Amino acid sequence: MQRIGVFVCHCGTNIAATVDVARVVEAAAKEPGVVHAEDYQYMCSEAGQLKIREAIKEKNLTGIVVCSCSPRMHENTFRQAAERAGINPYMVEIANIREHCSWIHKDIEEATEKAVILARAAIAKVTLNAPLQAGTSRVVKRALVIGGGIAGIQTALDIADAGYEVDIVEKTPSIGGRMSQLDKTFPTLDCSACILTPKMVEAAAHDKITIYTYSEVEKVSGFVGDFQVDIRKKARSVDMSKCTGCGVCQEKCPSKKTPNEFNRGLNNRSAIYTPFAQAIPNVPVIDRESCIKFKTGKCGVCAKVCQAGAIDYEQKDEIVTQNYGAIVVATGFDTIKLDKFDEYSYSTSPDVITSLELERIMNAAGPTKGHLERMSDHKAPKSMVFIQCVGSRCADKRGKSYCSKICCMYTAKHAMLIRDKYPDVEVTVFYIDVRTPGKNFDEFYRRAVEEYGVNYIKGQVGKVAEKGDKLLVQGVDLIDNKRILMETDMVVLATAIEPNPDVRKIATMLTASIDTNNFLTESHAKLRPVESPTAGIFLSGVCQGPKDIPETVAQAGAAAVKVVGLLAKDHLVTNPCVAKSDELLCNGCSSCEKVCPYGAISYEEREVNDHGIRETRRVANVNSALCQGCGACTVACPSGAMDLQGFSNRQILAEVDAICK
Amino acid sequence: MVYSYYPGCTLKNKAQDLDRYARMSAEALGFTLEEIEEWQCCGAVYPQASDEIATKLSAVRALNDAKEKDRDLVTLCSACHHVIKRVNDDMKNVEDIRTRANNYLKLNTPYEGETKVFHFLEVLRDRIGFDAVKEKVVNPLTGRKIGAYYGCLLLRPSGVMAFDDPENPTIIEDFIRAIGAEPVVYPYRNECCGGYISLKEKALVGNLVDQVMDSAADKGAGELITACPLCLYNLKNSGTSKKLPVHYITELLAEALGLITESKTPQQATGHQACSSASCGVFDPCGSRQMDMPACPLGSLPAGIKEVGKGA
Repeated sequence: MQRIGVFVCHCGTNIAATVDVARVVEAAAKEPGVVHAEDYQYMCSEAGQLKIREAIKEKNLTGIVVCSCSPRMHENTFRQAAERAGINPYMVEIANIREHCSWIHKDIEEATEKAVILARAAIAKVTLNAPLQAGTSRVVKRALVIGGGIAGIQTALDIADAGYEVDIVEKTPSIGGRMSQLDKTFPTLDCSACILTPKMVEAAAHDKITIYTYSEVEKVSGFVGDFQVDIRKKARSVDMSKCTGCGVCQEKCPSKKTPNEFNRGLNNRSAIYTPFAQAIPNVPVIDRESCIKFKTGKCGVCAKVCQAGAIDYEQKDEIVTQNYGAIVVATGFDTIKLDKFDEYSYSTSPDVITSLELERIMNAAGPTKGHLERMSDHKAPKSMVFIQCVGSRCADKRGKSYCSKICCMYTAKHAMLIRDKYPDVEVTVFYIDVRTPGKNFDEFYRRAVEEYGVNYIKGQVGKVAEKGDKLLVQGVDLIDNKRILMETDMVVLATAIEPNPDVRKIATMLTASIDTNNFLTESHAKLRPVESPTAGIFLSGVCQGPKDIPETVAQAGAAAVKVVGLLAKDHLVTNPCVAKSDELLCNGCSSCEKVCPYGAISYEEREVNDHGIRETRRVANVNSALCQGCGACTVACPSGAMDLQGFSNRQILAEVDAICK
Repeated sequence: MVYSYYPGCTLKNKAQDLDRYARMSAEALGFTLEEIEEWQCCGAVYPQASDEIATKLSAVRALNDAKEKDRDLVTLCSACHHVIKRVNDDMKNVEDIRTRANNYLKLNTPYEGETKVFHFLEVLRDRIGFDAVKEKVVNPLTGRKIGAYYGCLLLRPSGVMAFDDPENPTIIEDFIRAIGAEPVVYPYRNECCGGYISLKEKALVGNLVDQVMDSAADKGAGELITACPLCLYNLKNSGTSKKLPVHYITELLAEALGLITESKTPQQATGHQACSSASCGVFDPCGSRQMDMPACPLGSLPAGIKEVGKGA
């Protein structure tokens, strides 16, 4: 018979204000097997843990029930306390009387009754607990970073500098990401390329970093410490080992009608292209959908002009398989599509542009060579209107409920730069609120208003209409409480940002959770902001939530430290709560194998001794290193052969019985 | 195919062309608009007050009449369509209104929003098909540049009206293409004409109408079409800028289908001449209280309701 101790936590007033903890102690003490029950204000504190350790020694306890918060919060804490007192950590059970009880109820009577029932269930379960021994698994000393923007580059550099191998997988032909498209960066106005390209070069030259561009993660299996990843290197149609990056192929390519993604479609590019001049690697790719050779079989100009003989039309996609100890997601963002915001005439007027398009127009390497001009007639504008929160902080389903965070600052930057370079251009900004928290951010915005004379109007714009060669902006000034109708030459929309559309696919492969806005969820909003709840998966940059460059770089470094902390370990302790098959009950039906999401179950022919009868049977075998203990197989098994250690069918039913009693 | 048809007061009065040509065109396109009996004025403005049901009852009666005949309900006037579609949505989704309206009406079976409400244009788009309309056109309006004027009542609130994209609608442009003319897309086609404010603040409506007219003319429209009697009135009678001719959608449809024998040039604006005349006294744009019509001092009484003191 177990000797069980029950410890009820007040959690300050979190539990004690709604649950009468004294009554929970009293009721628990009457349960069969319980030899000790007490309550304390903060069980997780050192003093609380000491109470548990002392009780184990004094009363010779064999099983522990802690009635407290969610096991996600402190199960590990109490397991360690039990282990220090000399009993097996898996003899500890948590009754969650905070999240499942006190926080969601108001009535003390009801909540106390429920807390008692939850305690009883945990006691019933721990009665059937058996000591479990954790195994160990290896740690592959190599990390994968998905995404080659500033977040991915910084994370990779920091991991590599700590001495570990890192691979960057980037979907587009070059690393650099969104930051490479920006002209200047707030609040110091340094040129984006000037601060980014050295980092790109450093990453490419680092002997611990391998960069796979024009590549995508195709398949992920395994678990923390030992993920196996298939990377698809898409056919570049250019031999990277031969290409010298001279650029003649791009000049001579006769197909020049494909919208240039890097310039947000403001001009066209050739079918064989590098996205921008500082691309890394400086090796072009052939876009097979636009290439005349691939479409009609005739052309081949690039192969003829290539002195190095690097063009290879026969090149095929290649799959690289590699093992990694940790994976960092740094997939970044894109701006939302504006097809639901037709009131701004974005789809009809070329003079209505997004802020990212303005970055390209302002950039010396952009479609207008850095001259501010309207895309319709290439004339210099005399006045410009910026509209903030286009799709951000949106109350209806057209846009996003969240604040995109970066727009107030980049709009102030655009307004200031234009007033500085073209003082005759009048600049008006419509805003809901100007949000400038950040070091030197508000000072930056004040400068735009006070020194550069940018006209800020608090209010939203309802319509942008084309009127002759002008745009008519219809808005409202909330402070003066009047309707505004103003003619302007250009309108710039501060478009909401959203996670890269591919993130859903990647999150599914990694079994990493995402929120309703497709941002990857962190393990704890405050205390574990760079870790995914899935072990071994880390988050860097905007894939986790809107961020500016300083924040992204800080988070990228934080993610790198967490990765390094993992890779520095020689082995990991595995979870012993895994499935186990009873070979005598197994009928070899394969039901469990079909439902296992981790590929942890295989079948083998094995000699079994069934009550003296020896025969060879086809039975299930669980690879405990791959099993994550989800329990799908135990439900699927028709003969009851499959059981989960630590969560056996008997234990679960004992809990249910205790609740229903 | 027979549809229950709710014409509304204005179509019996100021906007008779909208009504007449709709019926003629419908027959030519192979469907019949059968006017429901004893319909009452919809009220012309959707009552926003959530505790108000009396003003919603006439719409419910019309909806229930169509339900009892197992037909879809078709409307033409933008205001009627707006009120009836929104009341139908209330009867379907707002329990309090549904319960109280049914308690008051004491129908044989309670009405719970079962009837499907179509605007005439929606019938053309969703039931007949604009391609089929195009095939029936004998007199295509080739070369005419027509701007669609949607106004606001058909499009918003977009969730309930579910008529078209409120910012970038295409249904009337598709209609214009079907009758052989060239649609002119202009930014102010979905802006408000000022509505009933024209009774009180003529200048304000003038500004709004000028914006619409200027915007359409700027994009090269030669004429405008609308489905709304009130829009048509305001477009014709307010503002100071150069006027484009304004027609009802059904009028041009009838013309394209060859139902109007004498062809009208765009300059010969039709449809609403009575309003612009000086003899028109106090004008209620919804058309139900035409003070200068001595035959009907209380307004144009709905069909089936006999005037007090007349007849028997």
